[in-house]
Amino acid sequence: MADSSPSLSVLRRRISHIEQQRPISEGVQISTGHEAIDTAIGGGITRGCLHELFALDPDDAGSVTGFAAMLALRLGGGILWLRQETVQKVNGRLHAAGLLEIGLDPARVIVAVLPDPVSVLRAAADVVRCPDVGVAIVELWQRPAALDLTASRRLALAAEASGVTVLLLRVDAEPTPSAAQTRWAVRAAASAPLEANAPGYPTLKIELLRQRGRPAGGCWQVEWDRESAVFRPADRNADTPIRTAPPGAMVSLPRGGSDAAPSLVPLRRTG
Amino acid sequence: MLRHRSSRSDARDDAPFALVEKIRGAMRLAALDPRAVALGLAPGLPLADARARIPELVVYDADPAADLRWLERIADLCDRYTPMVALDPSDGITLDITGCAHLFGGEAGLVADLESRMHRWMQGTTGHLRHAFADTPEGAQALARFQTVPAASEDAALRRLPIAALRLEPETETALRRAGLRTIGDLATRPSAPIAARFGEEATDTLARVLGQADSRIVPRRALPALFFERRFAEPIARTEDALTVIGDLGEEAALVLEERRKGGRRFTARLYRSDGQIRDLSVESGLPLRDPALLVKLFSERVEALADPIDPGFGFDMIRLAVPSLEPMMPTQLQLEGGAVTQEAMAALVDRLSTRLGRDRIHRFAPRDTHIPEQGVLTLPAVDAPTPAVWEKPQTGEPPLRPLHLFDPPQKIEVMAEVPDGPPHRFRWRRTLHDVTRFEGPERIAAEWWKRPEGTGITRDYYRVEDARGHRFWIFRHGLYNSEKREPGWYVHGLFA
Repeated sequence: MADSSPSLSVLRRRISHIEQQRPISEGVQISTGHEAIDTAIGGGITRGCLHELFALDPDDAGSVTGFAAMLALRLGGGILWLRQETVQKVNGRLHAAGLLEIGLDPARVIVAVLPDPVSVLRAAADVVRCPDVGVAIVELWQRPAALDLTASRRLALAAEASGVTVLLLRVDAEPTPSAAQTRWAVRAAASAPLEANAPGYPTLKIELLRQRGRPAGGCWQVEWDRESAVFRPADRNADTPIRTAPPGAMVSLPRGGSDAAPSLVPLRRTG
Repeated sequence: MLRHRSSRSDARDDAPFALVEKIRGAMRLAALDPRAVALGLAPGLPLADARARIPELVVYDADPAADLRWLERIADLCDRYTPMVALDPSDGITLDITGCAHLFGGEAGLVADLESRMHRWMQGTTGHLRHAFADTPEGAQALARFQTVPAASEDAALRRLPIAALRLEPETETALRRAGLRTIGDLATRPSAPIAARFGEEATDTLARVLGQADSRIVPRRALPALFFERRFAEPIARTEDALTVIGDLGEEAALVLEERRKGGRRFTARLYRSDGQIRDLSVESGLPLRDPALLVKLFSERVEALADPIDPGFGFDMIRLAVPSLEPMMPTQLQLEGGAVTQEAMAALVDRLSTRLGRDRIHRFAPRDTHIPEQGVLTLPAVDAPTPAVWEKPQTGEPPLRPLHLFDPPQKIEVMAEVPDGPPHRFRWRRTLHDVTRFEGPERIAAEWWKRPEGTGITRDYYRVEDARGHRFWIFRHGLYNSEKREPGWYVHGLFA
C-alpha cells in the first residue's frame, strides 16, 4: 500500500492532466423538463456535444425544426442556424414569427443560408469552434456525401473543446454511423384539440434511437409548453388513436439517479 | 483624346483617321487625329463631305462608352497621386494635387512620372497627352485643352485663350463671338454687370472661376476615406502573401491612429496598384467597430480565399493603400471581472468572418416589420449590418402557435375539397399526398394592403390552421373570396407548424 501509493498518485495526476486537456463540459446537462426523457438520457441533453435529430419523412420537417428550436431554447445562449439554399427555396424559409410562437426570441438567432452541404459543414466547423455560440443548428437534408463519420467526429470534437452544443438536423434521411452523443427521431403527432376542435399545442412523438454509453430506446409523446418552456407528457386521450408503441415508462424504472453520482465524482479517494 | 486603334489590316499607318458618330441623323466626325486636323477637317463635319475632301481618310465608329471606361481606368491610375481625382468628360481628368506634388519631386516630377506610366500603358494605342496646372480646376481644364503657345504667367496664358475655352452653352458662345469678344482677356476687361445682364450670369461665373477670382473645387470620383495609409515599393511585390503582410503593417499603422482617436472602422478597403496600371480592390466589413490588425489580416485573408477569380499580380504591385472609409466611436476594450474580454466580441468576429467569406447576404438576422402580410412581416437583414438585436412582441399566453415555423415562399398550390363558398378544407392534396383534415381553426382573414395599392383593392386570404390525421399541422389559405373577388379561388399551403 505504502509503495503503491506514490505511483498511484502519479498515475492519478497524469489522468487528471489528460482530462484537463478537454474542458469538463461533459456533465453539464440541461433538463428537458420531461421526467421520463431526462431519466433515460441521464439527466438531460448534454451541452458541448453533438446531437442528431432525424425526421425520416420530409413531411415532418416542421416538427423536427420545432424540436430543435425547443431544445435550443432550453440550452440557452446565441443560436446559429446553418441552412442550405436549395432547401430554403423548396421547403420554406425559417419564419421568425413562428420561432416566436414556440417561445424562442428571434433576436437570439442568426441564420446562415449556404449554397451546398460542403459549405454548410465548413461553416459549421467555424461556428462550433466559437465558444460564445450557445447552440449551433446544422440543417442538412437527405444524404450529403460530405457528411460522413469523419465530418461528424470533427464536429463532435470541436463541440467538446468549445462547449457549443451542436444539433444536427437530418431531414428525409436515414441514420448513418456518426459520433453523436444522442440520436433522436421526431415525428408529428396529433395534438389534444382545443375548443371547437382547433389544433392544439405542438405535439411531437420523439424516439431515442441511440445514445453513447447508455441503453437506447424509448418513445415519448410530448407537448411543448411555451409559457414554462418545458416538454410535458401529451394528453392520453389525444394520442390514443395514433400511438403504436407504449410510452417509455419502462426505461425510467431501472434508472433512479443513483448512477449519476459516480460519473460526476470519478476520483473519490477511498483509502 | 485617346482612342483604341482596332486592328484592321488594310488601314495604312500614316493615313489620317477619324471617328464618326451619328448626330442628328447624319454621320459626322466626332474626333480626329492630328494629320486629319492638319488637312483641315474639324469635328462636326458630315462624313460625306470629309470623304469628298480627303478620300484616303480612315474612319472608325466612335464608342463613347468605351472612351468613358478608358478614362475611368486612367483615373484609377491617377488615384496613386492624390485621392482627389475627378473625371472631366469626355476626354479629361482633373487632379487636385494640393500638398501632394512634393512627394513626387514637385509638379514637374509628378508630370514626368505620370507621362512615363501613361506611355507604358498606352502602348499599342494612339493618343496624345496634354496637361496644365492652374489655380482652379476650370483654369487647368481650359489651359490643357486650348493653350497653344507658352506664356509668361498663368494669368496671361489664360487671358490669351479663346472664348471657347470657357465651355459655355453654344448659344452664349456664339453671342459673345458676335459681340466681338474673341478671347477670355477681352471678356475679363469688360465690367461684369453688363456681361451678366446680356449673356447670363453663367458667363461671368465661369470667367471668375477660370481666372481664379472665385474659389472652385473638384468633386472627387470617390468619397474621400476618413483615413488612409499607403506604402510604395521600389520593386513591385508579386506574392499575395506579401501583399497581405503589407496590409497587416498598414493595419498596425491604422490601429495606432484609431486608438489615439478612440475610433474604429467597420469597413476597410485595400487597394492594390499593379505596376501596369491595373487596380484591384478588396474590402472587408465587420459588425462591430474594429481596429485590431490581427483580426483585420484574418478578414482580408478570408476575403482573398473566397475570391472567385484569384488576384493576378501581373508584374507585381508597386503600391498598396489601406483606407478606412468612415470612423465609428470605439472605446478601449473592457475586460470582464473573471478574465477575458466581453463575450459579445467573439460572436461578432465569427459573424464578420463568415460574412466576409460567404457573402454578407448569406448571414442574416431577423427584424420585425410592421405589416400583417405574413411573408412581409419579417425582414432578414445582413448580420454585419444589424449588430443590435431587434425587439419582438411576445405572443399571447395560452394560445397555441398561430404562425408556422417554415414559411413557403412562394406559397405552394394544393388541391382542396372544401365547402363552397367559404367552408373550411376537408381534405387536400399536397406533394402528391392526400391529407385528411381532422382539426382546423379559422378562417383568419388577412386582407391585402389596399391602402398601398393604386387600385384600392386586393385579394383577401382566408387562413386556416389545420391538422391532418397523422398529426402534421399546416397553415393553408384560400386566395380570394368566392365570386366577389375570384370565380375559382385557389388554395395554397403557406407554412408548416411544429
